[in-house]
Amino acid sequence: MATPRTSRTILPGFGLSLGFTLAYLGLIVLIPLSAAFLRTAGMSWHDFVEAVDSPRVVAAYRLTFGASLAAGLVNMVFGLVVAWVLVRYSFPGKKIIDALVDLPFALPTAVAGIALTSLYAPNGWVGRWLAPLGFKVAFTWTGVFVALTFIGLPFVVRTLQPVLQELEPEIEEAASTLGANRLQTVIRIILPELAPSLLTGFALAFARALGEYGSVVFISGNMPMKTEIVPLLIITKLEQYDYRGATAIAVVMLVASFVLLLLINLLQKWSRRYQAI
Amino acid sequence: MPCAPPGSLLPNTLFSLVPTLPQPTSSRTLNAAQRRANRDPAWARWLLTGVALVFLAFFLVLPLLSVFVQAFAKGGAFFLSAVTEPDAMASIRLTLLTVAIAVPSNVVFGVAAAWAITKFRFPGKSLLTTLIDLPFAVSPVISGLIYVLVFGAQGWFGPWLIEHNIRIIFAVPGIILATTFVTFPFVARELIPLMQAQGTDEEYSAVTLGASGWQTFWRVTLPNIRWGLLYGVILCNARAMGEFGAVSVVSGHIRGETNTMPLHVEILYNEYNIVGAFAVASLLAILAIATLVLKSVVEWRQTGNA
Repeated sequence: MATPRTSRTILPGFGLSLGFTLAYLGLIVLIPLSAAFLRTAGMSWHDFVEAVDSPRVVAAYRLTFGASLAAGLVNMVFGLVVAWVLVRYSFPGKKIIDALVDLPFALPTAVAGIALTSLYAPNGWVGRWLAPLGFKVAFTWTGVFVALTFIGLPFVVRTLQPVLQELEPEIEEAASTLGANRLQTVIRIILPELAPSLLTGFALAFARALGEYGSVVFISGNMPMKTEIVPLLIITKLEQYDYRGATAIAVVMLVASFVLLLLINLLQKWSRRYQAI
Repeated sequence: MPCAPPGSLLPNTLFSLVPTLPQPTSSRTLNAAQRRANRDPAWARWLLTGVALVFLAFFLVLPLLSVFVQAFAKGGAFFLSAVTEPDAMASIRLTLLTVAIAVPSNVVFGVAAAWAITKFRFPGKSLLTTLIDLPFAVSPVISGLIYVLVFGAQGWFGPWLIEHNIRIIFAVPGIILATTFVTFPFVARELIPLMQAQGTDEEYSAVTLGASGWQTFWRVTLPNIRWGLLYGVILCNARAMGEFGAVSVVSGHIRGETNTMPLHVEILYNEYNIVGAFAVASLLAILAIATLVLKSVVEWRQTGNA
């Protein structure tokens, strides 16, 4: 039976629900977002390059992308371990720990920010043990990295958990029957199957870290050229009434986010095809 | 219970940016031989569990614990005075007002969007689903910035608003708008996969038997989606109460007037009133814990009902 693209239905409410959806989407999301791009389109190319290519802005981009990348990689490794432990092993308190993994989603970022700062400051619970070793965390690059690791923690775990749960035990059993030891099975059978979701989790954590503000501003110390992240720089420009500068920097970040979004999309399609086989 | 077919309507995007209500899955039962073959050696189990727990202790447990310890560092009386002083109370009121407008708006939107997307066929559907997710990809600070560009003094409507003496930016309406933007997708993205999986058969039956559209919605659809809806509302509410970056850009930070709870925490902290900052922060941390507990309960109900 050939179905027309807009098929007739007896259910009511199509016009009302779609009309409201589009109007609300347009007013709250699309029109304001387009403002950023239209503002930048009004700038000359020279002004735009000047706004996003000054040493201070480049330093901020380098910090934000570098620390986000490092935090994403660390979360990829530890997220895999956490997901593995939560799916495969049982131990007392597992349910509570499992629920706690979502804490970075639920805890307001400003609260996370001041809590991490007080922990890792030189006189904090953790910082006081690191300070004698000459290791400074708060108000340095490492501090930014710690906050971004916190904020990205759930992504890899939550992307991997369902995939690990659905892994066919028969495949591992077959590998073992055919003479592979446990380590070989893990490295050659399990990890390749997890690779797409591992990458997806990493990309999600990375994307989130790029835009993160609240948890970072307290622990970073906000020194221009050194520990100033891009979102903070946007706020600084706004406070100096440099709207064009702020918007130009923001548009670069928006484009980066949308490209990542596209990549994540493709990754998810890839991992789904993998699972279908 | 049927799951949405892979690659269906939701090939898109950030659908895993925030937890979704897990669909019930069949639990695998391993026989003894399989279990033996798939078991890691004891030392590996201990090592991996240890590594995972230490990592989570440093990044999750310690920060959460430190909020409460520092909130009560000067005793219960100081805590009480810190959370009941006028500016703190004003920030709590403003946060509640913001949530009371932003969350219901996004609930109405989420239900309408899910109804249109899952009950009807129309071109551009998957583009629409992607656009709904867009706010998750935007940095909180940029979410605030775009409203400044529209409504700020130098913005599109700035001159007109000044002429008519309407304040949006650096005032309460801006805070509500920015909060609505950052929590925009929560309810919709929870309901769309759920209603997609449930199909339209029950609604068809109701309409065929003579129910009106609203009757169908209230008596058939709503009972079916109540847990998913609740889940979306819980997540939406947590984010709305705790939003910091976006609100920070549009608020203007006027004490007692345009400070939400997270902004009040920031001000106290920057004034070196650390204990006061943690006292107000502990209220938000309690909200986060309540969110996690409620979330687990709803997940448990959902999988239990299947």
